[in-house]
Amino acid sequence: MFASGQRVRVKFDWPETRGTCHIRTPHYLRGREGVVERHLGCFANPEDLAFARPAALRDLYHVRFEPPAVWTEEAPGDVIVVELFEHWLEEVA
Amino acid sequence: MNILQTDSQKLLDGVLALLSQKGIVTPDEIAARIASTDAASPAQGARMVARAWLDPEFRALMLRDGTQAAEDSGIPMRGLPPLGVLEDTETVHHLVVCTLCSCYPRAVLGYPPFWFKSAAYRARAVRDPRGLIGEWGTTLPEGVHLRVVDSTADYRWMVLPRRPAGTEGWSAEQLAAIVREGDMIGVTIPAIP
Repeated sequence: MFASGQRVRVKFDWPETRGTCHIRTPHYLRGREGVVERHLGCFANPEDLAFARPAALRDLYHVRFEPPAVWTEEAPGDVIVVELFEHWLEEVA
Repeated sequence: MNILQTDSQKLLDGVLALLSQKGIVTPDEIAARIASTDAASPAQGARMVARAWLDPEFRALMLRDGTQAAEDSGIPMRGLPPLGVLEDTETVHHLVVCTLCSCYPRAVLGYPPFWFKSAAYRARAVRDPRGLIGEWGTTLPEGVHLRVVDSTADYRWMVLPRRPAGTEGWSAEQLAAIVREGDMIGVTIPAIP
């Protein structure tokens, strides 16, 4: 479990290059660093659910990203907040 | 025969009969869900917003547990994704997008507007959000930060906008009448017409 305020990195992983899959982690965030805002609950892993496989419950978080870390043109202080599953997040010291 | 060339009504009847025979869902449950889907519209969300503007207790509930607040407003939410409510303040404005597809709080607001699903809206909402809402004539006042909420997974999000000045003493019906679909997505801000 991640605590609110924990810095995390979205895994730089591209399962779609290895075969058919269903992923709820947007491309533009892979490898980007953000901050956990809060735990949103536990939800069945969509990556299994999409293929009617038994889907374990996974922790879902709201993670905040500073747009300058993602795009280059945005206003300072603006943020992007995204729902991400725990297995896509790595702790950043 | 290719399933894509099957008469769609026959196919639907067949699937409905099978769902019923196998005890997965009854025809009554399907009829009830169709009725609640048809009833969902921005007007439902607008009523929730107006109530939140007038009733601090309901506002707190809506922010803490949007699903319960919707249920309390007569919107059936059983079996549907949870509703999250994003509170605009003096310093924060929210904009909702689903960059991956078109996740939208349909149970509350009905079908999304056509542009919500467009590739242009979905790309620009994260890349150029201020330019995007400018297309609606929306400019954020100095000092207001933008929070873009990319609805990627299990929640469905709506914005609780700020009550416009000049609406003091208005009834819930009067307030609900000025809340538009775009105000609850965040591309526009409620205003007195």
